Amino acid sequence: MREKSLDFIFKFGSLLVIALVILFFSMWDEHFFTYANLSDILRSISITTFVAIGVTFSLTVDGFDLSVGSTVSLTTVATAAMMVWYEQPLVVVIIVALLIGALVGLLNALLIVKIRIPDMLATLAVMYIIGGIHKTYTKGYSIYNNMPMPDGSTAPGKFSESFLWLGQGKLLGVPVPVVLMIIAVIAVHLFFKYTRWGRQMYTTGGNEEAARLSGVRVRRIRTAAYIASGIFAAIGGILYAARVGTGQIDAGAPMMMESVAAVFIGYSVLGAGRPNVVGTFFGAILIGVLLNGMTMMKVQYYANDIIKGVVLVLALAVTFIHLSRRRSG
Amino acid sequence: MSVAKQLQMKGIRKSFSGVPALRDVDFNLLSGEVHALLGANGAGKSTLMKILSGAYSQDEGTVTIDGRQVHIASPADAKQLGIHCVYQEVDTALVPQLSVAENVMLDSISSKGSSLWLNWRKLEKQAEATLARLGASIPVKKKAGDLTLAEKQLVLIARLLTEKAKYVIFDEPTAPLSLEEAERLFRVIGQLKEEGIGIVFISHRLPEVFQLCDRITVMRDGERVLTEPTSTLTIDEVVQAMLGRVFVEEFPKTEVPIGDPLLEVSGVTRGHHVRNVSFEARNGEVVAIVGLVGAGKTELSRVLFGADKADQGTVSIGKKVIKNSEPADAIAGGIVLVPEERRKQGILVGESVQQNLSLPILKLMTRNGFLSGRKESNNAAAIIGKLGIKTSSAQQKTGQLSGGNQQKVSIGKWLPTGAEVYLFDEPTKGVDIGAKSDIFRIIGTLAEQGKAIVYLTCEFAEAMGIADRILVMCDGALVKEFGRGEATQELLMLYASGGKEEQA
Repeated sequence: MREKSLDFIFKFGSLLVIALVILFFSMWDEHFFTYANLSDILRSISITTFVAIGVTFSLTVDGFDLSVGSTVSLTTVATAAMMVWYEQPLVVVIIVALLIGALVGLLNALLIVKIRIPDMLATLAVMYIIGGIHKTYTKGYSIYNNMPMPDGSTAPGKFSESFLWLGQGKLLGVPVPVVLMIIAVIAVHLFFKYTRWGRQMYTTGGNEEAARLSGVRVRRIRTAAYIASGIFAAIGGILYAARVGTGQIDAGAPMMMESVAAVFIGYSVLGAGRPNVVGTFFGAILIGVLLNGMTMMKVQYYANDIIKGVVLVLALAVTFIHLSRRRSG
Repeated sequence: MSVAKQLQMKGIRKSFSGVPALRDVDFNLLSGEVHALLGANGAGKSTLMKILSGAYSQDEGTVTIDGRQVHIASPADAKQLGIHCVYQEVDTALVPQLSVAENVMLDSISSKGSSLWLNWRKLEKQAEATLARLGASIPVKKKAGDLTLAEKQLVLIARLLTEKAKYVIFDEPTAPLSLEEAERLFRVIGQLKEEGIGIVFISHRLPEVFQLCDRITVMRDGERVLTEPTSTLTIDEVVQAMLGRVFVEEFPKTEVPIGDPLLEVSGVTRGHHVRNVSFEARNGEVVAIVGLVGAGKTELSRVLFGADKADQGTVSIGKKVIKNSEPADAIAGGIVLVPEERRKQGILVGESVQQNLSLPILKLMTRNGFLSGRKESNNAAAIIGKLGIKTSSAQQKTGQLSGGNQQKVSIGKWLPTGAEVYLFDEPTKGVDIGAKSDIFRIIGTLAEQGKAIVYLTCEFAEAMGIADRILVMCDGALVKEFGRGEATQELLMLYASGGKEEQA
């Protein structure tokens, strides 16, 4: 009986919690359960979801990527700089930003796969390095339209309309970043379920040695996962710049925590017991709903971190209790 | 024989979940003697010694020291009584960051009575003196982690001297040592003997047993079959006692015409475990490589498969040298491995049977770039049918199958790869008799198709039943070759334990 209820909690617990939280906030404030607010929540989680998809990739190959938050910050200021300082066309802006993300991923892979530094430590160091790079590059200032340049002139370029549309526009009444997020979740889900690379990624994460002895080139696969992680963080950075319309420094700092929490909440969604992108999506929703609701309840802004930390601990507790139970069982 | 100054185990019985591992075993060890404990794998010698050192407790039977009955419930109890063990894995017992002196004196440093402050000078002096008693000169300020394996062993032996050991168990101490290092160890053991310590010496190498030991006890199938002074025994008699009645199992050997050389291994070396190994295997031929546990068979199979890098040597298939720096390369070259550690390496226990069977050939399982469920299920169904894998469906988790069926998945995943050389490392370990004969049938079929089979095993009877040729591996090198029908279990055991026929 106890076994059964534990299994039930693991399988449906997180969905139940999401439902209860939504119910609670809806009763607290009638403005919560409105189309405007719900689409606002989805828009606010869209960026976190992209970053969390990146984390899902690294966790799928049994790695970890702490550097995603700073990758967001770096790509945010890089896109802003390319438009405001250098007047680059949209295509170049996006391609360069994605390349930066890929490069960060490649650097992580070099340290972890080739030099064999433990993933947490390697990406912790990289997190600091690129966090420092983006602030050094902008001398600690955020980048915005018509900003004064060091030589006294005004910045030549500005955020283009089409770029801002990515973060602020709507498609058939749905915010563009939400549309992009849903496409990405579906595409990555299909990638893991129906492609050779996706399959090899999660078999590598499941048992690296067995996968290797079955002919999977695990080093290549793990490298690819870290590059994917960097690219998705870069997409998060691009969307952040597009939504805010400025190149904020340290934009990604809070996102590392939120996205890691989202992924671990996702472990338990429908009892997957491993990283999965659909679960990650629901994890991001739970966090988005909590933050939105608490803002509505006028909880002090800094208390959000407490809530995020507690949610992560709970998600980890559920996941690891389940995993150790399954291992001993 | 007087009861004084000896350790006696009487009527020891021990079962593991109903299966008897020790049946009514008597064993005694005199102070100041070196007593060899021999037996094939699974004969019960480690179980017996684990009872003595407190890792297990016996179901029945008594242990007495100097005529007084003692109760050993834990390793700490054993140490209290002066019973110590030098395991093969010396690294687990040393603290690599600490100096040699600290490691030697670890017990007195951490014991309750010692003072809060450490007198380094005194500590190092004592450690030095203890090492000198053993005739060892190791700089006491050196970090233990920087020592060679043989030196680490000496540090451990010195430590147990400081702990006032009376009885010491050496579990295959020479397996990882070079000849010179082993000789030095023998001198140290001689010194311990001089000091009146009783020594149990477990080894697979019979010549050194005859050189070193005063008495020999042989165990077989959980019973003690022989205890005699070494001087009254010959190597042959000991081998005979270890094997018992000669027991040749019936294996359905498929007779296959043997073709041209297919696999050629030349001069392959990796560290101590694989030393200058050369052999060939022909189309349709089953070559068995036999050796005791630790002879280097698994290491050899991993090197051939590209799972570990060779220091030297080449592997070629059909005259073409294959690149094998990764298993994926070896597979592309036509070599596949069914590894010994089935659940950790052969299959992914958490994935379905179907996914395990697709993994090596995912490229073939795609349509328009996407994995095709139909192709995968067709592939799985074909292999499940061909090998008779008993599973409720292709979607069942592989970890839930029986050992034999897991092994069939581990073999079956290679069938569609078109591999030409199959390496099997202890494929019958932990499978029931029915699955065993299925595995032999599969191997026969592969041979009929002209594949070359390399069968690595420590089960001599299996090798004699299935192989066209048997190579004996000992300490990382191939030491002897037998054609079909030429080998006997006694001869295989003799060569596998480092002996030669002239000595017999």
